[in-house]
Amino acid sequence: MTVRRTTLGGHTFEFPSLVELLAKATPARSGDVLAGCAAESAAERVAAQTVLADLPLATFLEEQLVGYEEDDVTRLILDTHDAAAFATVASLTVGEFRDRLLGWAAEGDEPAISALAPGLTPEMVAATSKLMRNADLIAVGRRARVVTGLRSTLGLPGRLASRLQPNHPTDDPLGVTASVLDGLLHGSGDAVIGINPATDSPDRTIALLELLDAVIQRYEIPTQSCVLAHVTTTLRALEKGAPVDLVFQSVAGTQEANRGFGVTLDLLAEARAGALELGRGTVGRNVTYFETGQGSALSAGAHLGVDGRPVDQQTLECRAYAVARQFEPLLVNTVVGFIGPEYLYDGKQVIRAGLEDHFCGKLLGLPMGVDVCYTNHAEVDADDTDSLMLLLGAAGCSFVIAVPGSDDVMLHYQSLSFSDVLTARQVLGLRPAPEFEEWLARMDLLGDDGRVRELAPDAPAAKALLAAARP
Amino acid sequence: MSVVGDDPWAVLRGATRARVALGRAGDGLPTARELEFRLAHAVARDAVHTALDPDAVRAGLGDLDVLEVRSAAADRAEYLQRPDLGRLLAEGTALPSSGDDLGIVLADGLSPRAVHEHAAGLVTALLDRLDGWSVAPVVLAHQARVGLGDAIGAALGVRAVVVLIGERPGLSSADSLGVYLTWEPRPGRVDAERNCVSNVRPPHGLGYDQAARTVAALLAGARELGASGVALKDEAALPG
Repeated sequence: MTVRRTTLGGHTFEFPSLVELLAKATPARSGDVLAGCAAESAAERVAAQTVLADLPLATFLEEQLVGYEEDDVTRLILDTHDAAAFATVASLTVGEFRDRLLGWAAEGDEPAISALAPGLTPEMVAATSKLMRNADLIAVGRRARVVTGLRSTLGLPGRLASRLQPNHPTDDPLGVTASVLDGLLHGSGDAVIGINPATDSPDRTIALLELLDAVIQRYEIPTQSCVLAHVTTTLRALEKGAPVDLVFQSVAGTQEANRGFGVTLDLLAEARAGALELGRGTVGRNVTYFETGQGSALSAGAHLGVDGRPVDQQTLECRAYAVARQFEPLLVNTVVGFIGPEYLYDGKQVIRAGLEDHFCGKLLGLPMGVDVCYTNHAEVDADDTDSLMLLLGAAGCSFVIAVPGSDDVMLHYQSLSFSDVLTARQVLGLRPAPEFEEWLARMDLLGDDGRVRELAPDAPAAKALLAAARP
Repeated sequence: MSVVGDDPWAVLRGATRARVALGRAGDGLPTARELEFRLAHAVARDAVHTALDPDAVRAGLGDLDVLEVRSAAADRAEYLQRPDLGRLLAEGTALPSSGDDLGIVLADGLSPRAVHEHAAGLVTALLDRLDGWSVAPVVLAHQARVGLGDAIGAALGVRAVVVLIGERPGLSSADSLGVYLTWEPRPGRVDAERNCVSNVRPPHGLGYDQAARTVAALLAGARELGASGVALKDEAALPG
């Protein structure tokens, strides 16, 4: 084990392991304090960043944070690493890599940045992000192009899609439908119409899948549905012939944390194969959807790396992206303020984490979206989520999550609202997914100026959509 | 039934408690809807940050003996960021070993307001249903997580502890009280070893009598089984 050290202002800082170096280089957040791995002073943090900047990127191929033998995520990362894609940056240090990325971003060289993905490991990307300010994360993130598709195309330049999240505390069909229609009338739902079921059972999941499929078919909406049940539940639904567009699963950055979620890589591969076999896509074949979030490994007590040292939550989050990218997802989003103030305490930490996750996911080749959200016991409010939403829009985020009036009445947290998505698109000149935009026009929901118009209740389109909400 | 001329958006509003059909002001929310949302969030925030008022809680408990303790979390900010400290008693805390059957802990949790509004009512209803149980003095705990009940129960030397704790406020429920039962409490117990009755919040949520009946049945089951948690949930025949 290499001890790395630097002397700044007459004080020598020592970092006995790569795990500690990365943790102490991480911008401040409550979860790393809770895990006991955060820098103990502001100067120590900069010292760690200084050492990290001089570390060769290739170090992360030779020295592991979580052991190769005991962790299948580590094995996945190293066994699938593409040396040819890495070659263009293989000789750089982390600091030089940051500078190179900023150069390409300034020149608008999307191909150079986007081609790196298979050659980068989560640890390389996490390390680089720790040397970047929010504006750096935005400038580079918007030049990492990741385009995916099933029945709509996501990730194109100048577009911002949304997941319409019509959750209901009892999965009541009429209640869910009302929220779906409200979202559609606001131009939401181009990424997916995705429900978190109140109860994770195959029958319930199938009923909700059929309900969403019926709405999508009735109005010929170019989007996909998803019931965010456990992958084993979705497998059962597939066996029973349910209309499954997307296989969903929450994933994390260690084998142990994934075990806590009740998933293995084999299980995910099996479910993906089942959904692919249905052939429900029209413009693409991406049939998986993953959610992640900083702190999930720590909350499962599965955050320890080599020699039992706690790995920082942002690096672990990036490792979850390695799991996701193995399955060619249509959608991946971090749920950035959901888990609570013991992981991300305030608006500053939530905004930083959202931008990091977007940047890291995109650089690793993921169609990255963000659930911009907060709970009532965090020091976060709607002003903070407005800021993060607009920053993510500027960063080229693929999609955000939207719920009626920002209030998820099933999961009891606040996310963006349908009208927030309209604001982001308007302020930043962004448009919905192209197929969905054409549908909005067909439904008379799109004004001549390209904005989603507010329909009078007796407009034909409003009457047509409202018909679905009548029992 | 909808009549021609009615507000058609009412169809949506009538179908769910979700905030649908709010209308628009440009791309944003109309002022009245915006203020409704702000109020709901403000009430939830206030519920989290209200300090637990010992005198008010004591007053509701009549002549019951009440002891007061603090967790190792120094203030609200530390409490919110360090759940581990909220499970430890502050250094130097001394509680008398009572040797009683049951300890009752009133914990501020994430909503001290829930304790102010519902703890006395629930404790009274519970004591009415605990024939055959000797009960230690009630412990009022500041900056407390559920797990603090393990340390308190161990110090009191009781066979079981019930922790009444303010639950995380939602936009529509800022005063929900949860009850956690742990048999043979001691530091290191995990959540799977507890039983929970949540959303005690009359008149909108569970009533005091109904909650007390369930907790009393769980206690009886735990005594018979010699355990709480998943095993008890599977075996106990509980009243609805």
